[in-house]
Amino acid sequence: MGNITLKQVTKSFGDVNVIKPIDLEIRDGEFIVFVGPSGCGKSTLLRMIAGLEDTTSGNIEINGQDATDMPPAKRGLAMVFQSYALYPHMSVRNNIAFPLKRAKMDKAEIDKKIANAAKILNLDSYLDRKPGQLSGGQRQRVAIGRAIVRQPSAFLFDEPLSNLDASLRVNMRLEISELHKSLATTMIYVTHDQVEAMTMADRIAVFNGGIIEQVGTPLELYNKPNNKFVAGFIGSPKMNFIDAKSPDNDKVASIGVRPEHLQISTEKGMWSGTVGVTEHLGSETFLHVQLDGAGTFTVRADGECTLAYGDKIYLSADPSKIHHFDKDGVSINKV
Amino acid sequence: MATTNSRSLAKLMLFPSVVLLLIWMIVPLCMTLYFSFLDYNLLIPGDNPFIGFLNYEFFITDPAFIESFFNTLLLVGGVLLITLGGGIGLAILLDQAIWGQNYVRIMVLAPFFVMPTVSALVWKNMLMNPVNGLFAHFASWIGVTPVDFFAQIPLLSIIFIVSWQWLPFATLILLTSIQSLDREQLEAADLDGAGPFSKFFYMVLPHLSRAITAVILIETIFLLSIFAEILVTTSGGPGYASTNITYLIYTQSLLQFDVGGGSAGGIVAVIIANIVAIFLMRLIGKNLEG
Ligand SMILES: Nc1ncnc2c1ncn2[C@@H]1O[C@H](COP(=O)(O)OP(=O)(O)O)[C@@H](O)[C@H]1O
Ligand SMILES: [Mg+2]
Repeated sequence: MGNITLKQVTKSFGDVNVIKPIDLEIRDGEFIVFVGPSGCGKSTLLRMIAGLEDTTSGNIEINGQDATDMPPAKRGLAMVFQSYALYPHMSVRNNIAFPLKRAKMDKAEIDKKIANAAKILNLDSYLDRKPGQLSGGQRQRVAIGRAIVRQPSAFLFDEPLSNLDASLRVNMRLEISELHKSLATTMIYVTHDQVEAMTMADRIAVFNGGIIEQVGTPLELYNKPNNKFVAGFIGSPKMNFIDAKSPDNDKVASIGVRPEHLQISTEKGMWSGTVGVTEHLGSETFLHVQLDGAGTFTVRADGECTLAYGDKIYLSADPSKIHHFDKDGVSINKV
Repeated sequence: MATTNSRSLAKLMLFPSVVLLLIWMIVPLCMTLYFSFLDYNLLIPGDNPFIGFLNYEFFITDPAFIESFFNTLLLVGGVLLITLGGGIGLAILLDQAIWGQNYVRIMVLAPFFVMPTVSALVWKNMLMNPVNGLFAHFASWIGVTPVDFFAQIPLLSIIFIVSWQWLPFATLILLTSIQSLDREQLEAADLDGAGPFSKFFYMVLPHLSRAITAVILIETIFLLSIFAEILVTTSGGPGYASTNITYLIYTQSLLQFDVGGGSAGGIVAVIIANIVAIFLMRLIGKNLEG
């Protein structure tokens, strides 16, 4: 059991309204990612769910029970912090055992759980070390170990991978995803990195300035963004936007095309422009094209692309892949 | 500070101050050592013949020595106990976000800036005086016999006065240390179901261990040589009830003009201080590493 319901939840620090009223239903067993630029209130909302911040108004329900004013320990949630927040004076074993001891579990049971967690997370050989003697990735595992032994009804992660180097981050991403599959427990995962969101999430909630712009599966967000913000935030490199009119719908104020949906031609196309900087990644090439109208487009070409700085090219896109927005940035689905 | 190069450079840079300190220390020490073997009393002019360990024998077998030895230990131990206990409590309180935080912090630190003689006099005349002191007034107000502090509990009274002076120091060191405690750790402990006591014993106290060690070591050095507070309050009395080793040496050399005996006492005090220092370093010095 681990469904969490937020009803009209808000949070203010003094006069500053950090979370505008938010409604969200987190289903049992799902992996939901809160993603958004930094400072948009993701951590604050996560900490409110954990009980580390008071809720200014609205209700938080955990497993159908009103938990708005419940102390953190009573909520049955476990959190993995960005700084890992391990207890530096205790061995790894005691770190993991700490919540169990507080719950007055008996010794044999605790040992069994630690052994089990150590096996899942490959911690066997470090159990008697102090956190200070571990690498970042190992600390991360200990923090996760401390969370899983409590068998919480949901896991909360606050940017858990941001202190790891790039290659380790990819590994840990996979490990956390695998952990989610094997435990089948609700996980709420906060990140500012849309790649993490896209790769790990069952559903993504895109945050912006204290509100949720859109909730949906990664592909829903990618294919049918509600607005310009979501369209620009999800997908890498970012979607290209230009001001445009449409003969069929006079509400259209701008259009957006993803770099991977643009075709290059040297003879004709919808837009013409000049190639600027090219970024060769081996498997693909990103071209920054200065359009003859106004604005620049980022274009994804294949790895063998030979276009160079200053070349004249034409770009076009399948009309079904072009997103239309009105003057407020809201998506228009029917043109 | 990792390479051999930077380490030897560091040694070189330290050299002058180490030498200066050494001279500063070694010259008086040698003179004291020399005097301690002489029959040297300012009231008896003439030769100062070499008398071997006689001064030491007199000093150590004096019943006042044993008493003042234990008084010294009680004084140091008592003040450490009060300042650490009170300091941890105050540091935790001051760490909370309270209204007028900065003013409260300055007020708590104020006693440290008062000269020992002044504070001892204030305590003696304004607070602890059995007739006019505030404590006596308070006692008669609630209807109990006022305590004559310096006659009935002289050593304890001095322990209070000295603790009052050193509490700010301990509080300051412990407060800075508490402020560096990672808040996320405490939040993790909240989620893990730790109550205030578990958090104190498993998070706060281990985190403070370094600061506590520093406070113990620094305070001990100064507390072994408490003098002014005794001089202006009890003058070591009644009898030897509030005499510590430092004060005993003072009586020996400056009240009895026995330079030889006083010097021997000084050397004994140095030896005791070293024993205490070694003992402390063995006991808690490892907390300072790493
Ligand atoms: N304790 C606090 N007091 C005042 N403002 C805060 C506090 N915590 C966070 N904020 C503000 O709330 C906003 C959201 O912060 P946060 O939830 O940490 O953002 P995110 O995790 O999305 O980067 C930020 O503008 C931040 O300055
Ligand atoms: Mg954050």
